[in-house]
Amino acid sequence: MEVFLQQLINGLTLGSIYGLIAIGYTMVFGIIGMVNFAHGDVFMLSTFIALILFLALKQFLGIDSLAVSFVVVMVASMALTGLWNAMIERFAYRRLRGSFRLAPLISAIGMSIFLSNFAYVAQGPRNKSAPPMLTDVIKLTEGGAYDVTLSYKQILIVVVTATLLAAFWFVVQKTSLGRAQRACEQDAKMAALLGVDVNRTIAATFVIGAALAAVAGVLYMVYYGVVNANDGFVPGVKAFTAAVLGGIGSIPGAVLGGLLIGLIETFWSAYFSADYKDVAAFSILAVTLIFMPSGLLGRPEVEKV
Amino acid sequence: MAGARASVLVDALRAAAIAGGLAFPIVALRAEPDFSNKLVLEPRWSWMFAAMALAFLVRLASAFLPRRAAPAAARPRDEAAARRRGRAFAVFGLGVIFAWPFLVLVVAGPSGALKWIDNYGVQILIYVMLGWGLNIVVGLAGLLDLGYVAFYAVGAYAYALLATHYDLSFWLCLPIAGILAAFWGVLLGFPVLRLRGDYLAIVTLAFGEIIRIVLVNFSTLTNGDAGIGNFATITFFGVPFNASEGGFAAVFGLDHSPVYRLVFLYYLILALALVTNLATLRLRRLPIGRAWEALREDEIACRSLGLDTTKVKLTAFALGAMFGGFAGAFFAVRQDFVSPSSFNFIESATILAIVVLGGRGSQIGVAAAAVAIIGGSELLRELDVLKRFLGSEFDPTQYRMLLVGLAMVLMMNWRPRGFVATRAPTIALGERRAIGGDLVREGRG
Repeated sequence: MEVFLQQLINGLTLGSIYGLIAIGYTMVFGIIGMVNFAHGDVFMLSTFIALILFLALKQFLGIDSLAVSFVVVMVASMALTGLWNAMIERFAYRRLRGSFRLAPLISAIGMSIFLSNFAYVAQGPRNKSAPPMLTDVIKLTEGGAYDVTLSYKQILIVVVTATLLAAFWFVVQKTSLGRAQRACEQDAKMAALLGVDVNRTIAATFVIGAALAAVAGVLYMVYYGVVNANDGFVPGVKAFTAAVLGGIGSIPGAVLGGLLIGLIETFWSAYFSADYKDVAAFSILAVTLIFMPSGLLGRPEVEKV
Repeated sequence: MAGARASVLVDALRAAAIAGGLAFPIVALRAEPDFSNKLVLEPRWSWMFAAMALAFLVRLASAFLPRRAAPAAARPRDEAAARRRGRAFAVFGLGVIFAWPFLVLVVAGPSGALKWIDNYGVQILIYVMLGWGLNIVVGLAGLLDLGYVAFYAVGAYAYALLATHYDLSFWLCLPIAGILAAFWGVLLGFPVLRLRGDYLAIVTLAFGEIIRIVLVNFSTLTNGDAGIGNFATITFFGVPFNASEGGFAAVFGLDHSPVYRLVFLYYLILALALVTNLATLRLRRLPIGRAWEALREDEIACRSLGLDTTKVKLTAFALGAMFGGFAGAFFAVRQDFVSPSSFNFIESATILAIVVLGGRGSQIGVAAAAVAIIGGSELLRELDVLKRFLGSEFDPTQYRMLLVGLAMVLMMNWRPRGFVATRAPTIALGERRAIGGDLVREGRG
């Protein structure tokens, strides 16, 4: 029971991070129908940006307050990662919108290779261990075979995720940008005819997706404390799995899928085998795409000839 | 006029600002652990300013360069001459490839030639073969396979395990490795039959990763990350390449040298690659090859015309996988060592890059791309001299995949059909004409 409770907490924390990344996949797929393979590497880039900004605040400006530096790092990494993704969209994908269907995917794979090697060249191959922060924990149960703990980090992750999802939901549902996004998703040509700037809307979608990935990146950096140039691929594939499981194109689906993947992964590691935890995620990806391509909350894709 | 010039300048300044924003934390500040293993930032502002200056200049230059003229009216092409030129080039290329070990031996001598035959010969030819194998799946059938390296791994491990446990010879294992890989191709192909395009790509990626993870963790069979080594070395049809009495050098009355083994390996992989090429060229003329190309162009049209897409897709997967398996067995015998780290996603991506850059479906283009990418990354290794100017930290080989990734993006934007962007229809009514890739619209697939 204690193990179960502990894994539930860990799984929900991990799932929040996957959910935030998954939104980037699902929004881009919804609006231009491409799998943004480089999104996991954009997330990786944001972990580096967060780590360096965090160190810079301490080293150059002497800011020791964790709360201040957390907020500054969060906002700045969202902005910088957003800029990165906007430029990626501009140079790697925009011209390919009318091209054959696999062209954007191949370009995205190239971009993914480029980004991970860029971080590798710029920052070196070794793991970067961030200084430990927020190490306090709350003991939920005591005296049993096993103390169930809830760390401050985990509370932070869940609270930040929930807040940003609420803000994001507001943007998509209530602002003119969100309306333009939903219009482009339904019919880009019609939206353009009615005066929506499709290029700007798509760029904004990439920026928002990257900003949410950057939130995930900051939280990941705080939670695990280790950053590596190769750490984009596997979280990226898992977040994509989450997006597919929830129903690609559906934003609540991405969050739900993220939580499910996080839970499945932690329970799998706890009860079966930690060695094969990636196999669990990859198998879910394959099984979902093969048997349930529209996912849990997605609309079935109807193909017109 | 002044206003236009000012706006160009503002535009260039904006580009520089953006470049600065992109480069700011990740290039300008490098986090390195100090003596107490705490991360400390080393500023490298000059790098960031270099990036900004570069962006500024590129933007400025692009504003002043003349706009590209409208494409000239289609000029009549001399098809027959083009075909003759192509054939002459192929013959010349083949001649160079056949003579390569001897050319190198003459120029560099037996000990200097080792590197040139191994790194620039055998290594490139393995990727040429893998590229041609994947070309069946991606180039002809239009199925984007991101897990091709799995079949390469199946071939390599099949040979390594059979040689270790049953002491089978390479020549016996080669067909077995191919058959096993083809079997796995069908096995992994079955579930993905209903998927198209990007979904298919992602699922094959997942399968490839699953196979790699199993290789890492199924230690009782595969020895995990440590890999399997020392199972067998290649023999010249039973004559071993060593210094012993019955060794190759003694039998043929030559001085012992490791170069004979390499030359043999070179011609072996050359033969295997040429078999792949010939098989592909012949298959394209068979009904199944035409069905592949039809599938690539439009799957719905294929189905409505009564093609059995299940069969068409599975044969593509199986044959592509089979050649991957052959290449894997060769890889195992050449290295005399296999481990899961040789079969990661980057390997799949490299092979895919070769096919994509070469022009999907073009045999000669794929070979040229393999030479460019693999030979190019070997050449990067030669640039070690640059260390003298740029510090000992500078390692040119690190830039290999960076450039490959960038090349894939540029290629998709600039020439989405690859280096060789024409498609000669395999059959045609009357005269056969090469069709420019820009004229062919690819269907959903």
